[in-house]
Amino acid sequence: MSNAVSALQGVSHAGYIDVEEMGLRGMVTLRGDLTSANVKIAVKTVFGVSVPDVTKCALQGETGAAWMSPDELLLLCPHERAEELVASLSEALAGEHALVVNVSDARAVFQLRGAAVREVIAKLAPVDMSPNAFLLGHFRRSRIAQTPAAFFLRDETTIELICFRSVAGYMFDVLKRASSRGSEVNAL
Amino acid sequence: MSSRLSSGGRLLDRSTSVAFEFNGRKLKGYAGDTLASALLGNDQMLVGRSFKYHRPRGIVAAGPEEPNALMNLGKGGHFEPNARATTTEIFPGLTAQSQNHWPSLEMDVGVLNNYASRFMPAGFYYKTFIHPRAAWKHLFEPFIRKAAGLGKAPKDRDADTYEHFYSFVDVLVVGGGIAGLQAAKNAGEAGLKVLLLEQTPHWGGRAPVDGAIIDGQPAEIWISSTVQALENMPNVTLRTRTMGAGVYDHGYALGYERLTDHLAPSTAPRHRLWRIRTKQIITATGALERPLSFAGNDIPGVMLAASVRDYIVNHGVSAGDRTVIVTNNDDAYRTALVLKDAGLDVPMVIDARPDGGGPLMDACKEKGIRVETGKAIAKVKGGKRVQGIVLCSQAGAGGMLEEVACDAVAMSGGWSPVVHLWSHCGGKLNWDDKTACFRPDHTRPPLGATGEGFVTVAGSADGEQSSGDCLSNAVMRTNDVIEALGASPQSTTAPQADTEPMAAMAAVWKMPQGAGYELRSKMWLDYQNDVKVSDVQLAAQEGFESVEHTKRYTTLGMATDQGKLSNINGLAILADSLNADIPQVGTTTFRPPYHPISLGAIAGEASREIFQPIDKTPLHEWGEANGAYWEPVGHWRRAYCYQKPGESIEDAVNREVKAVRDSLGLLDASTLGKIIVKGPDAGKFLDMMYTNLMSTLKPGKCRYGLMCTENGFLTDDGVVARIDDDTWLCHTTTGGASRIHGHMEEWLQTEWWDWKVYTANVTEQFAQVAVVGPNARKVLEKLGGMDVSKDALGFMEWKEGKIGGFDARVFRISFSGELSYEIAVPASQGRAFWDALWDAGQEFNVTPYGTECLHVLRAEKGFIMIGDETDGTVIPQDLGLNWALSKKKEDYLGKRAQQRDHMTDPNRWKLVGLESIDGSVIPDGAYAVGTGLNENGQRNTEGRITSTYYSANLNKGIAMGLILNGPDRMGDVITFPKIDGSEVKAKIVDPVFYDKDGEKQNV
Repeated sequence: MSNAVSALQGVSHAGYIDVEEMGLRGMVTLRGDLTSANVKIAVKTVFGVSVPDVTKCALQGETGAAWMSPDELLLLCPHERAEELVASLSEALAGEHALVVNVSDARAVFQLRGAAVREVIAKLAPVDMSPNAFLLGHFRRSRIAQTPAAFFLRDETTIELICFRSVAGYMFDVLKRASSRGSEVNAL
Repeated sequence: MSSRLSSGGRLLDRSTSVAFEFNGRKLKGYAGDTLASALLGNDQMLVGRSFKYHRPRGIVAAGPEEPNALMNLGKGGHFEPNARATTTEIFPGLTAQSQNHWPSLEMDVGVLNNYASRFMPAGFYYKTFIHPRAAWKHLFEPFIRKAAGLGKAPKDRDADTYEHFYSFVDVLVVGGGIAGLQAAKNAGEAGLKVLLLEQTPHWGGRAPVDGAIIDGQPAEIWISSTVQALENMPNVTLRTRTMGAGVYDHGYALGYERLTDHLAPSTAPRHRLWRIRTKQIITATGALERPLSFAGNDIPGVMLAASVRDYIVNHGVSAGDRTVIVTNNDDAYRTALVLKDAGLDVPMVIDARPDGGGPLMDACKEKGIRVETGKAIAKVKGGKRVQGIVLCSQAGAGGMLEEVACDAVAMSGGWSPVVHLWSHCGGKLNWDDKTACFRPDHTRPPLGATGEGFVTVAGSADGEQSSGDCLSNAVMRTNDVIEALGASPQSTTAPQADTEPMAAMAAVWKMPQGAGYELRSKMWLDYQNDVKVSDVQLAAQEGFESVEHTKRYTTLGMATDQGKLSNINGLAILADSLNADIPQVGTTTFRPPYHPISLGAIAGEASREIFQPIDKTPLHEWGEANGAYWEPVGHWRRAYCYQKPGESIEDAVNREVKAVRDSLGLLDASTLGKIIVKGPDAGKFLDMMYTNLMSTLKPGKCRYGLMCTENGFLTDDGVVARIDDDTWLCHTTTGGASRIHGHMEEWLQTEWWDWKVYTANVTEQFAQVAVVGPNARKVLEKLGGMDVSKDALGFMEWKEGKIGGFDARVFRISFSGELSYEIAVPASQGRAFWDALWDAGQEFNVTPYGTECLHVLRAEKGFIMIGDETDGTVIPQDLGLNWALSKKKEDYLGKRAQQRDHMTDPNRWKLVGLESIDGSVIPDGAYAVGTGLNENGQRNTEGRITSTYYSANLNKGIAMGLILNGPDRMGDVITFPKIDGSEVKAKIVDPVFYDKDGEKQNV
């Protein structure tokens, strides 16, 4: 539907890193036995990526899969394809005990861009963000300040961050504060 | 008088003068000054008044141990009380005010307490204010509270920002003196990830002041080359102005970085709290000099000997022109030499040891300084500043030998290693008789998760005395840490530094040894809290043998300095009074933080607009623009009502209540929890979670369900819809979404882990709008799409399809008793859907309504609300919900608990409706009174109000309540006393006030 909008409709801010809300993204929750061959094949067939290892993600442009828990994946795709992929994946998993559900609209996505993106996250999440600890392909469920969030590196200077839609405003304000000029830490 | 010397001051930039204000007076210092050094440079020796007796107090120390020079700093939103002048760097425009005096620092009325000090001994408050009992609360406590507290509380909102930073390292080194630098260097060279914190702006600690020679060069050269080497190591992070504040379990430590305290107000964060996870911690936190206990040791001008030295060497400031030195150890002779080199007069060094000191004493004598051994200070003469001392024999009772004129006294009672961080997490201490101090016992360190020690102490914090010993100790300790981490030490040799021989110190706990009461009652142990030698002795006499009890009884060490100067002296006096050894008496517990840290730093970013996350629905913005009056529900903001311009809240609610029943209302129901439960065992699982039977629900149907805890109490309710053969959608209350999802997962993961059930919380995926009222169907038909007629979509059914082009799930459920559809659309389309309903509804006087209207409508229908009718002690049976308790099921959560005696007691209060006789609204939470009194002489109660509203539809107050034997007492009139002393009478009625037959919803 053309009148679908994301929580903050692409708002952005330039501090000592750039913060931007990325609009609508497709997200599908899969709960199932991640070790089962059927699940692995279904994910590969429908989303084109392998089931990622524990705390990792497998990305291919806008599609991908991220490890959420021992029996949960977060599958990423373009927003307009989510319903269709939910249907395909459900079909591919017919007979398998699994839950596939579209959660695209329950979320907001931010991009942090700049040389110091790791440091801004390290102000807000109890995660070792140093370059030799948090690597490309890592996916971390944690919190940002007081709200749950998950994040991963798009590239060395870009972090993508996912949170609940309802707290998008809080998230944006928190990221703005943490990236305000003059608050650089330079310790990672 | 204290003054600025014409030269010297290695930390000063004399080309940059800095103007600041103290008690309204404009003063000048230099860049590099602390507030304390700048005040001394301006001959401001009097800097505050003591807490209890309001005695004049001067600067004693040069670091965080300072007990006296506490200031109110800044103004307005930048105001900060209890800041130490010794740790405050001056900047242009700094304003400081001394504390605890009235009307002025020089002329303080509270000093009268001083003359009454004989009558304010240890335990004064406990003894004096205990009778009569009632007087404490109404008379004594308010008075004492007013008198208590040194600084003023800030009145304005903090204008600064703060933040946290999470750091993960192999080794945290606390303290950037020579031992800490050496430790960081060794650990860094071994390839470990190192974080080195130094609380001051400068590296190197005391070594430059004490004239240490390292590798044949002045310490400063070694320090700067070592810092340079550390800065070049990519695996080492260095931080000045950052204090290691606390050590906690599992290698967690806090660092407190002060980013802008030394600058004029700026937009950068003021403090940053480092939340550090580390594998090992090395505390190289140095040592603190102890005062000596002699009469008048609190008079301004009496200072710690090493601090006198600090001010001369670091800031070019002298404490006085003529300084008498009094000591029990060799180190204080260094101060005599520094004073002499600065061209200042040292009339006498008084050494309590009969044989005096070693080479440093000889050096003093060579310079012509008079040294008196086996002597003591009987008392200091002077009031607001030192005028002289009375010399006596240490062995005697204080008989005067001679008077010595002086304007400063530099005292040294020996050194106490800073073992605080070692002790925070349980590191144990041993008393060392030779150096009269507690030293870390490395065989009993704080233990980490593996049972191995995770804290090590290095340098003078480990009890070492000379530069050479500190450095070799640091190398040894650090190499142990490196090996414990599985890395290889790269070097086992320490830099060469002098280890000049020193004569043994003597433990001198009071001066002179045989001082009588008169002198002992003027020997200060705790300057900030006014605890004297005589107070601790009195406590011991009165039976306070435990050091922890004595501390609390006398308030020794309980001030903001946490006894950094006073604890050892105090417990030595206690031990002496109890005829016990110091190790037997032990020490009080060291607790973090080492030095006070700001509340702002602890709160971090959580202030102002991001104090707490606020959950907003896709319709929040519409509400903001349309008069929503918000109320918090969980972390959500829900509209309580939508006010029209000029309309009161009450009027808005009444208007909404009528509009919904008359025509059409819209409610943002997006916040209601939505949990998908799926799997072959999902039906079985839901039969356990709910009191009702959910497994028999047919796809396409809805059922209202109750959830209880395993103790039988109602915890949540909501409508369950069966989506397909093995999928259900469970609606929860707004506040219950995450909690109930967690509750489900807990049972699935811990008890029924072999059941094939998956859940997903999809609450936020949907915007949900309740379309309610006689015209609800008409507005949906106008939008077009799926057939919402009675036949196509009956009451308690749901359907998926299109409404006005939107993908929608339509639930025909009603919490208002009206014809009602709850429609879920994807959250991204929520606003557009609402707008479409809004436009289509105009012809039906569409009215958005809030939570209060929702409450009134449900109360008119006698529907219960979780959190109103329930409070964690209410079971479904209390609410007449027996119909929802399945008798066909073997079990459900809470079933067995509901069979307990107390739950089946016929006297449990039960739900009824209540109508006030006079039509008024009964106060919420009011209790109904029965006959007679209980054992406490209070009136017996027989029920309470759980919900109470004005019903605009019925034009009267309606209520629900839990009443003793309520359902059997229909028509009875009971009494509810009100807070104002009057009472309201109410009739017990059926809780369904409106449309008892449900004709309005079944259309």
